Amino acid sequence: MEELLNILKDIHADVDYDTCTTLIDDGILDSFDIISIITEVSSEFDVQIPANEIVPENFNSAAALWKLIEKLLDE
Amino acid sequence: MPFVSFGFIAFLAALMLLYYLVPKRFQWMMLLAFSIFFYCFAGWTSLIFMAVTILTTYFAGAVIGRMAEARDSYIKEQGAAMDRDAKKAYKAKVKKRTYLILSLCLIVNLGMLAVIKYTDFGISIVNGIFRTNIGYLRFILPLGISFYIFQSMGYIIDVYRGKYAPEKNFARFALFVSFFPQLLQGPISRFDELSQTLYGPHDFDYQNFAKGAWRVVWGFFKKVVIADRLVTAVITLSGEPDVYKGVYVVALVLFYAIQLYADFTGGIDITIGVAQMLGIKVAENFDRPFFSLNVTEYWRRWHITMGTWFKDYIFYPLSVSPKMLKISKWSREKLGQAIGKRVPVYLSTIIVWFATGLWHGAAWNFIVWGLLNCLVIIVSQELSPLYQRFHKKFRFSNTKGYNVFQMFRTFWLMGFIRVLDVYRDVPGTFRQVGTIFTTANWGDLFNGSFLELGLGWQDFAVVLAGCAAMLTVSILQNKGQVRDRLMARPPVVRYALLIAAVCLIMVFGAYGIGYDSGAFIYTRF
Repeated sequence: MEELLNILKDIHADVDYDTCTTLIDDGILDSFDIISIITEVSSEFDVQIPANEIVPENFNSAAALWKLIEKLLDE
Repeated sequence: MPFVSFGFIAFLAALMLLYYLVPKRFQWMMLLAFSIFFYCFAGWTSLIFMAVTILTTYFAGAVIGRMAEARDSYIKEQGAAMDRDAKKAYKAKVKKRTYLILSLCLIVNLGMLAVIKYTDFGISIVNGIFRTNIGYLRFILPLGISFYIFQSMGYIIDVYRGKYAPEKNFARFALFVSFFPQLLQGPISRFDELSQTLYGPHDFDYQNFAKGAWRVVWGFFKKVVIADRLVTAVITLSGEPDVYKGVYVVALVLFYAIQLYADFTGGIDITIGVAQMLGIKVAENFDRPFFSLNVTEYWRRWHITMGTWFKDYIFYPLSVSPKMLKISKWSREKLGQAIGKRVPVYLSTIIVWFATGLWHGAAWNFIVWGLLNCLVIIVSQELSPLYQRFHKKFRFSNTKGYNVFQMFRTFWLMGFIRVLDVYRDVPGTFRQVGTIFTTANWGDLFNGSFLELGLGWQDFAVVLAGCAAMLTVSILQNKGQVRDRLMARPPVVRYALLIAAVCLIMVFGAYGIGYDSGAFIYTRF
């Protein structure tokens, strides 16, 4: 989770990722940010996030994204 | 059958009557019959192309669905006998097969679109490069083909991804593709959203029906009173570029922005309004785009369903594809972190905007239009740290006045890019825009020259009043739907207003000779 938070902070340093659950709904992350995150996650965790998983529910919070990474690592 | 015709009004009246009279379980069948009847006006050959899309997409969806069901039941049957690796290998094997079906379906449909829409463009390129003289095939573009093919391809990709199960009933699927209100110019609906209300059953709901009717009237107002009036000036100004330079180019940018907005949003209002009268919810395609502060926001608010289609089915899959991730890794190693991490995003953005331009039409002006949008978006993205510093340093940048300046800037920037669409000649467009700085004819604004563009002062007054009405409605929408407020008024006021609005359209609508008042601009895409 720490590595993921570092990736997210690199994108937007001023966001409180511990509490924010509306990263997509409030437009904090745009499509450019999402692709940057996926690319970073791919190289950091060696996991590929497929296009069909790019939905607001998976990117609205750091916790949701972490859950997705864990699910993909488990598959 | 054009929306702006007495035939369409008669068609709608007959449909509404029968739709609410037949037993509710037959409502969607009634809709299908009327949709096919509507599409028949586009010619039998058009119907054949649509039939190909319906048949191939339906059967591809059914096969993929069956394969997915068989896969799940096989894994369930095997239970503990199948370990994780075996399950993974089996899933990968099935995925390969479903991918093959998906690819075939995409090739048939997108291939059909490509052949009809882009063959002559390809021939013109070959003729240009090799100095050959190959004859043009001049295919007639079937009505709405870009829209229904994209909608159907969205469906099949979603089924392949397992987002939802395929539609089992062939006729119901045929209605999803052929639903008449959205055939002319979208929106590009998603199956999981549209199917929730498309098949009913629907009781007659007066509130819903009246709100839908109000939206249809508003759409007709925008189309007939504003867009169809301005079209005369747009044709005159763009048709004689040697005559109309300097201030006239600025006027063309403004007129075309208003015309296109009134035309496209007017058509979408009619589409969504008609659907609402039938109790069906169609996706919104606009969110007051001229209030956007920058180009990226503008594209989130203009032609929304097309933008999300490209994002979900091209931009994301392309950006996160294994090949793109490899490119990203390579570019990070060779070009450094800062540039390397931008490569996949910008590469995908360029491809998507190239495709968006091409989707709009088989011509260089559309491709350059797409790439110019892309350029502005990428430059804005690169300059965003600078903007952030600017906003932090200067307090006025957070004021309403500065917001208005940003809206004004975005409006004109988009307008100048959009004008490629009317000149249809890339170097010519740049030359014309250049004349703004070289031709000193701003005095023509005040000497009556603008009254020689085919519009009298009365026409300009009507357009101005129409724009004021559109702006007022857009501002009022900040506090919710204007129609909700209308519906809260006493019936006498409501009916008086409705009659007044219809009279206004009939009196002030532009029904001149020399252009097809029924045609919407986006129908040709």
